Amino acid sequence: MIESMVDANGSMWAGVEYLVPELILVGAASLLILLDLLCRKKEVVAFAGIAGCLAALVTGFTLLGSAAPAVVLNGMFVFDGYGSFFKLLFYLTCIMTICMSLRYLRVERVGFGEYYALLLLSTAGMMFMASAGDLIVLFLGLELMTLSSYVLIGIRRDSLRSNEAAIKYFLLGGFSTAFLLYGVALIYGRTGTTQINEVASILALEAEPGDLTVLLPVVFLVVGFGYKIAAAPFHMWAPDVYEGAPTPITAFLSVGPKVAAFAAVGRVFTVGFDTVPELWTRLIMVLAVLSISVGSILALAQTNVKRMLAYSSIAHAGFALLGLIAGGPGGLTSMMVYLAIYGLMNLGAFAVVIALRREGVQGETLSDFEGLAKAHPVTSVLMLIFMFSLVGIPPTAGFVGKFAVFAAVIRAGYTPLAVIGVVFSVVSAFFYLRVVILMYMREPESEEPLSTSLPLNLVLAATVAAIIVLGVYPSPLLDFAQSALTGWEQALPQPVGGPLQENYGLFELLFIYSN
Amino acid sequence: MEADVVAPAGFPILTAITFLPLLGSLVLLPLKSEHHIRWASLAITIATLILALPLLTDFDKSTHHMQFVETHSWIPAWGVDYAVGIDGISVLFVVLAALLNVLNVAVSWRAIDRRVKDFFVALLIMETAMIGVFVSLNLFLFYLFWELMLIPMFLLIGVWGGPNRVYAAVKFLLFTLAGSVLMLIGIIVLFQAGGGTLDLRALAEIRLPTGLQLWLFFAFYAAFAVKVPMFPLHTWLPDAHTEAPTAGSVILAGILLKMGAYGFLRICLPLLPNATRRLIVPMLVLSVAAIVYGAYVTLTQTDVKRLIAYSSVSHMGFVTLGIFTLSTAGLEGGIIQMINHGIVTGALFLCVGIIYERTHSREIEDYGGLSRLAPRFAALFGVFTLAAIGMPGLNTFIGEFLVISSGFATRPIYGVLAIVGVLLGVTYMCWLFYRLVLREAGARVHETVFDLNAREVLLLLPLVFLVILIGVQPGLVLSYMHASVGHLLDQVGAAVP
Repeated sequence: MIESMVDANGSMWAGVEYLVPELILVGAASLLILLDLLCRKKEVVAFAGIAGCLAALVTGFTLLGSAAPAVVLNGMFVFDGYGSFFKLLFYLTCIMTICMSLRYLRVERVGFGEYYALLLLSTAGMMFMASAGDLIVLFLGLELMTLSSYVLIGIRRDSLRSNEAAIKYFLLGGFSTAFLLYGVALIYGRTGTTQINEVASILALEAEPGDLTVLLPVVFLVVGFGYKIAAAPFHMWAPDVYEGAPTPITAFLSVGPKVAAFAAVGRVFTVGFDTVPELWTRLIMVLAVLSISVGSILALAQTNVKRMLAYSSIAHAGFALLGLIAGGPGGLTSMMVYLAIYGLMNLGAFAVVIALRREGVQGETLSDFEGLAKAHPVTSVLMLIFMFSLVGIPPTAGFVGKFAVFAAVIRAGYTPLAVIGVVFSVVSAFFYLRVVILMYMREPESEEPLSTSLPLNLVLAATVAAIIVLGVYPSPLLDFAQSALTGWEQALPQPVGGPLQENYGLFELLFIYSN
Repeated sequence: MEADVVAPAGFPILTAITFLPLLGSLVLLPLKSEHHIRWASLAITIATLILALPLLTDFDKSTHHMQFVETHSWIPAWGVDYAVGIDGISVLFVVLAALLNVLNVAVSWRAIDRRVKDFFVALLIMETAMIGVFVSLNLFLFYLFWELMLIPMFLLIGVWGGPNRVYAAVKFLLFTLAGSVLMLIGIIVLFQAGGGTLDLRALAEIRLPTGLQLWLFFAFYAAFAVKVPMFPLHTWLPDAHTEAPTAGSVILAGILLKMGAYGFLRICLPLLPNATRRLIVPMLVLSVAAIVYGAYVTLTQTDVKRLIAYSSVSHMGFVTLGIFTLSTAGLEGGIIQMINHGIVTGALFLCVGIIYERTHSREIEDYGGLSRLAPRFAALFGVFTLAAIGMPGLNTFIGEFLVISSGFATRPIYGVLAIVGVLLGVTYMCWLFYRLVLREAGARVHETVFDLNAREVLLLLPLVFLVILIGVQPGLVLSYMHASVGHLLDQVGAAVP
């Protein structure tokens, strides 16, 4: 049971201890900026960033072990297994991104220590999104996450592509945030609250079937989130941004913010709009089917690996949405499992792309993979495993993810969606395999050494080990995701009597902020 | 479930056989010398075969129950157990797979001269996957092994294959994947409808509504018919067989094709009996079409490997014809035809591979005169040719005879058309033998061909032995499957004639 934590004095700070991991991360980010001034070697900053993430990870999980799920700070912040599951993913993504960046930034001659601070801040934003009990907190977390990533995308100041990507992401990000905010405002207008739990209980009482006053905000929210998870037809920015951003940031974007948006989508729709599934399920279905098909088909035409992986990540967003469509704890579990596995294999695939970026070699076009197997057999085997995992062929974890979401949608009675899904998996096999074909069935162009480093190798080893182990023995992940949702059902109708006045104040504040 | 026969002394024999090659492939990784890699692979495959042989002697032929069963909890969240076991049908294929892979290592000894380590690793992973499919008692496990084959097979064709290998590899992979993802949907639907279990034995107890069975049948048919391959889904086969290296062709013809038919036997017949009975006629028609069309197309081929590949379409037509007559004779004929086809076509591909190693030509026009140039080859090839055309006293005869007789029993037209297929088979095989062995030799053959060495004779001899042994003593093989086939027919609910 999730309990509202308002202590006897009604102090609004009660329960702030649940935010310790977030606070650690924000504190670490601030420290990193200072450290950057003091210390010449940027590696030190990077390792301090990793240490900060690890500290947050450890505290987060001690907290999860010791404390019961709770809604704190007047319903603003939800501490539960669901959020913690995603936070674990974010920590890992952040740590791996830092590991992948070290050598890459040297090759690219980007020497900013702020890079790592921004990564940590972005991660903190994602964590707030995963734990947001209130749409306003969600929005703030989202802004923290995206504002940091705008800078990260454009951090190669002298690169036109990088700048273009940053501007594009900024404009479309602002655009989509406006949609989201509009949706939040409309929800507030309809229900008089922005707290997700309260929205749920009010809609449970008041919403009629096909209620247009609810449909309208839902549409706005779907559009806003659709941009963030890069689901078709709101995917247009993704390929350009992924291509232009520094590759470690591309890896980060393709996993972190996307998964964070999924975490928020999961909570908003399966808690807030739980009682009106007919209003959003069909919209999400359209998004899912379009994402899967558009992503898989357009990826066929790409010659740049980063663009190809961008389209692939669009398709994967569609697959993860299938879990949301299935609904209920079972559907959510499958979505979480899918996202975790997707994150691992995508980070791994990008790590290989990063290793291909050498002095004087861009390493981003498909032809750079030609004959890789001859010159670099181990790296090729890893890429082979990542590619087959992305297709979803056992015994890789990609298959476990696909099995989970397909089982969920079929259980929910949407077998045609699963059929569409598998058909496009076959289509997607074609472009993933092209990489394998180039690596194994062509002669190498150059035999230059790859720009590997110990941290990058660790990322590769960790992701590939996880993919294989979870592929043959997925139980730990499944159990973890399942246990993260214990109490989810009971938590649903949860009218929390927080003082409305405070929300109102925050809401007004927000308008001042956004103007 | 009734008490299953447990493995003697509790030794997990099937797990050991299945995973020994996979573990062995890990042993290859640190090896540097190509010579050591070859010997190590040979040792691993022989060890697997030696482990597998006692299955034949320890097997209790009197019962249809699964034997040597091992069950362990695996993914409780999905109700998936690690369950392996064999009955009178799968035991034969486990041993066949283990045997053919020893020969595969032997025939690749010299033929594979680049990326030797990668090749043998892929070959050993293939062996684990193939044996795994035949021992799986859980659909999830079955699917896992089924798909595990894709990656190494894709590489075997695509890396070590002939000139058009990439096209063939991609075609193979996309065809198979398209079929098997539909099977995945079928498996999940079965999981939901079957009350949350994927255990084949438990699922066989459940009678699903006929409508659902029909849908499921199509889902599984997609996977199995591509693998068999049944007409008209066979078009990947000639390309894959032709372009694959010899060992790849042997695996494809010897084991991979059998998996499709095995899938029908293991899943469609017992789990979806109503759908199977409803769909007998289209299945039989497609089988006969494969027999006649396959044989007819075989006649026109000018490429040795392609010719043998197309003959597989025809021969596998006999298998599915036998299976879907749903009679004792048909099923037993079909199963023994699978074994025989594995032996004979495997042997033919080995022969062709050995000779290709010398001439580097697959064009029939380039050949001739092998009877004088390579008499040992001519003799062995002759035996396999006779076996392939169904000569009485050699192994294929018994399978074709049983299948054709069951075809006649079902409806005479099937039997008649199957005989047409046999006649065409005699034509193309004898003609091939004439063109390769008997007629005057061309210049190219004169320069390059020399007779078989000891290794090559040794690797073909076990197959000659089997061809003759099964030919004169088919009861040896048939005795294993009687109980299982009888039980299978009970499950389908067909009258046993």
